[in-house]
Amino acid sequence: MILRAALLAGGLATAAAAEDRRTGYEMMSPELRAMQDDEMSNPGMLWVAEGAALWEAPEGPAGRSCAGCHGEAAQSMAGVAARYPAWDEASGAPVDLSGRIALCRTRHQGAEALEHESRPLLALAAYVARQSDGRPIAPDPDPRLDPWRETGRVLFTARMGQLNLACANCHDDHAGGRLGAAPIPEAHPTGYPQYRLQWEEMGGLHRRFGNCLTGIRAKPFAAGSPDYVALELYLMSRAAGLPLEAPAVRP
Amino acid sequence: MTHCPSRRTVVRLALAAPLALRLSPAAATPEAFRAALDDFTGGAPMTEGRVTLDVPLLVENGNAVPLKVSVESPMTAEDFVEEVAIFNELNPRPDVIRFHFTPRSGRAAAETRIRLNGTQNVHAVARMSDGSLWSAVTDVIVTAPACAES
Amino acid sequence: MVAMVNIPETAAPGDIVEVKILISHPMETGFRTGADGNLVPRDIIHELRCLYAGEEVFRAEIFPAIAANPFLGFFLRATETAEVELLWTDEAGQEHSERRTLTVG
Repeated sequence: MILRAALLAGGLATAAAAEDRRTGYEMMSPELRAMQDDEMSNPGMLWVAEGAALWEAPEGPAGRSCAGCHGEAAQSMAGVAARYPAWDEASGAPVDLSGRIALCRTRHQGAEALEHESRPLLALAAYVARQSDGRPIAPDPDPRLDPWRETGRVLFTARMGQLNLACANCHDDHAGGRLGAAPIPEAHPTGYPQYRLQWEEMGGLHRRFGNCLTGIRAKPFAAGSPDYVALELYLMSRAAGLPLEAPAVRP
Repeated sequence: MTHCPSRRTVVRLALAAPLALRLSPAAATPEAFRAALDDFTGGAPMTEGRVTLDVPLLVENGNAVPLKVSVESPMTAEDFVEEVAIFNELNPRPDVIRFHFTPRSGRAAAETRIRLNGTQNVHAVARMSDGSLWSAVTDVIVTAPACAES
Repeated sequence: MVAMVNIPETAAPGDIVEVKILISHPMETGFRTGADGNLVPRDIIHELRCLYAGEEVFRAEIFPAIAANPFLGFFLRATETAEVELLWTDEAGQEHSERRTLTVG
């Protein structure tokens, strides 16, 4: 009810044309853009620094680190975050970047599993993503991902929750308008994990999905769930070519 | 659609939409604000001027509002800024931060990020080495996402 | 505790140089209620000091109204090659520090 009232109160602008995409970065105030752009002021860099330390840290019975196999992240991880989610042969399903890092830990390091949205996994994902900062988003062309992208599209357009709203009702139909005082973005996931001032910490895209679903009074899926990975695949295909922001700052 | 709405629009929307800051409890009273100010000034008179307080006019989220303050001063051993106190009117407590400078600071300027529990005034008061007090005030409009995670 | 410090490595005598620090810290205000309905205990950094050649050049008294993962920027006048030390104290009274050498010449 509150959200619907806010929608009405906010006034609704027309959807942005597909060829005229705008990222959340472009919708921010100059002050928040400056906070993101200056490495020394971007609080997300604290997670990147933690991730850099974890990259070198031996884990599991063999005492193997990420760097032990992958070497310098600046070389081995450059561009990786820009193409995720990607296909995982072993499970026969797509995984997002955090999921890939978590699988790497359990399969190759023999270390204990890391939860989606846990601080160390966010730090590692932020560090890996940092190696693709500014690169254009380039979705993996693997055709096995196509049915998952379609599932994501269906989820994006399906009405859900007590407010009976689909993602598309806000992020396509009213993108560029306002929900209350907040601008409605076009849902391009160009900078995850990201530092949200609302969270006062780093968080992943799946946490953001959960916020949106709670907002429409729907039950969120679990972070890392196949539904969220499918939705992420669809959104990343819409965002193809936009520059990756690592780490992004958002209000 | 502009992405920097006019003040009037924002005020109207802010009234229509629930503000959902993590910083939620009761605001300080005007009396508490006066008491904090008096505690710093000792009740001595302040003059508006010499202090530049730079806070954005409108912020999307009150959890981290950039703040810069600077004071005109030669910063010599004979004439320098001793302390700058920042106050707000509507957070649970009025104190925000106090910057203590020395002649070796070279410049009486500092920046940080502050929390603001909604639209309000922010005050800066500087105490010089001669004991004189100088001040600046600015108002900040704080909007916050309407369907934010609590 | 992760902290990022930015101080120029070199300066000319008399130069005014900027010091910036970003500290990983929740800055829990003590005014918020947690999921269990109880107040979350206050956990903030109370003070940050900057020593240059062993002498205090700047100090900040910090209250709960400073944002999580606090960021501070300020200046100092470069006079000699010496250590710049940043010290801060958390809720438990534990002191943390970061040191950099500023070369002046």
